[in-house]
Amino acid sequence: MNPPISGPYTHANTSVQRTMGLVLLALTPATLFGLYQFGWPAIFLFLTTVLAALLAEAFSLKIMGKPVKPFLMDGSALLTGWLLAMTLPPWAPWWVGVIGGLLAIIIGKQVFGGIGQNLFNPAMVARVALLISFPLEMTTFNAPVPLFSVHAPSFMDSLSIIFGHSTQIDSFSGATTLGHLKTELSRGVLIPEASAHTDSLWNLTIGINAGSLGETSALLILFGGLFLLYKRIISWHIPVSMLGTLALLASVFYLIDPNHYVSPLVHLMSGAAILGAFFIATDLVTSPVSIRGQLIFGAGCGALVYIIRTWAGYPEGVAFAVMLMNACTPLIDHYFKPRIYGRDRKGQPLNYSEEKDA
Amino acid sequence: MTSLSYTRIAKDGIWDNNIIFAQALGLCPLLAVTSNASNGLGMGLASTAVLVASGALISVSRDIISPQVRIPVFILIIATLVTLVDLAMNAWVHDLYKVLGLFIPLIVTNCAVLGRAESFASRNSVLPAAFDGLMMGLGFTMVLVVLGAMREMLGTGTLFANAALLLGDWAAFLELTLIPDYKGFLLIILPPGGFMVLGFLLAGKRMIDRNAELKRAAAAEAEADEALFSATTA
Repeated sequence: MNPPISGPYTHANTSVQRTMGLVLLALTPATLFGLYQFGWPAIFLFLTTVLAALLAEAFSLKIMGKPVKPFLMDGSALLTGWLLAMTLPPWAPWWVGVIGGLLAIIIGKQVFGGIGQNLFNPAMVARVALLISFPLEMTTFNAPVPLFSVHAPSFMDSLSIIFGHSTQIDSFSGATTLGHLKTELSRGVLIPEASAHTDSLWNLTIGINAGSLGETSALLILFGGLFLLYKRIISWHIPVSMLGTLALLASVFYLIDPNHYVSPLVHLMSGAAILGAFFIATDLVTSPVSIRGQLIFGAGCGALVYIIRTWAGYPEGVAFAVMLMNACTPLIDHYFKPRIYGRDRKGQPLNYSEEKDA
Repeated sequence: MTSLSYTRIAKDGIWDNNIIFAQALGLCPLLAVTSNASNGLGMGLASTAVLVASGALISVSRDIISPQVRIPVFILIIATLVTLVDLAMNAWVHDLYKVLGLFIPLIVTNCAVLGRAESFASRNSVLPAAFDGLMMGLGFTMVLVVLGAMREMLGTGTLFANAALLLGDWAAFLELTLIPDYKGFLLIILPPGGFMVLGFLLAGKRMIDRNAELKRAAAAEAEADEALFSATTA
């Protein structure tokens, strides 16, 4: 590649493939933990979802007359399918994964023109569409039953859980922490009392609790996120402002009334907060470009997550929050432009002549 | 404009200048009522009736309406006709009326009706004007039915549910359940689904048009080549 002719530019020697590969690497620990803890059914669902996303990508590229192999090998469809699978209930039926993969790639990405053109995060488009369309399947969570443990379903049983009708599934169902607290609150039970029946904060942090396939272990996701920060795939602005806003709002309301508002630590450690902050909101395509824009974007995501979790109908709101802020991204980019090199904030050329004269 | 042939009018209304596909007018009723094919058909036929009658009436009175007041007069005529359709449907297809309910009076504000009045009926004689209304209405109905059928099939797994409400009991054979025990795909029934399916339909229409264009260009080129070839050999 030719070096740029003018301007203080340098080439970072990066590519879409490398970026996607590093993100996938960062997701691997949390994913492996999720697959281990929810057993064979989760593995089948994960593979189905990723495969559906890849097939949808190949099909879309083919009918649009684009070269299939280079675009398919850049890893973006793999990452979309992977992220989507991580946010699904681990024992959801196979068609949830398939429809999700198709929605993410076709409606979420390719109709906008493919990689780099989409307005919304494709994985979140699919997740929200699935949640609205199939509320029952998308909110049936189960308690962890690690591979090879006594209660874990065998390979064949798992096939019937994901691909057929199974009667076993009820025996393992378990509510997520946020879901449980929300239900109890609506019944008039106060938080300290309701929390007695939820997983401990330590379990939430390391991930031994009911939840989406790859969202349970806050610690491993955080580890992956820090790896991305270290590799400079993402910058700290969006995750910090998002989690900071969420923690701040949660702390304020928790201090005012701990009986009706969930503690900030539970907010941070449960659900998709950490995954959303490091892997979903930071999507390079759908988040603002400038530093100030990213801070506003992250703060908006954090505030919306808190508002949706606390006062809206759904126990978890990361997907909605990120999509709403995705919609604001063009506006944020318009009003918070970075200063152009050699010009002031209004875009006028800087004038150094007076200094020279003096 | 008077030299327009009836084939041209028909082609414009159904395909080339289709209210939805080409003009993108009347999207509000389109998205609101097309959650199943029967509703789409009912709404389409009601709009067609209004389009035909308003085309004829406005064409007849086009010489006595002065340009300055034409829009209020057009609206008045359209509103009168819609009220007639509204009352007629309430009387004779009451069950369907209960389903479509709110959207029938809103045909008044369907910009497609005023659009045809302004751009065609007020400049042409009665027969072409009424025919244009009919063809535009049929094109509109076609899109409503196709969109409704697709959303119904994907969203609820049925086709032409409640057709008997619209057409009478003989039409019960149209009511199909394509996928038994279908759990439903709520998103497609909700307005976002309407936009998505409409988007794919538009893409399909453009693909068909482009293929036809390419084929025509290829044929013209082949013809030109042949002419050139015979010219050089002669």
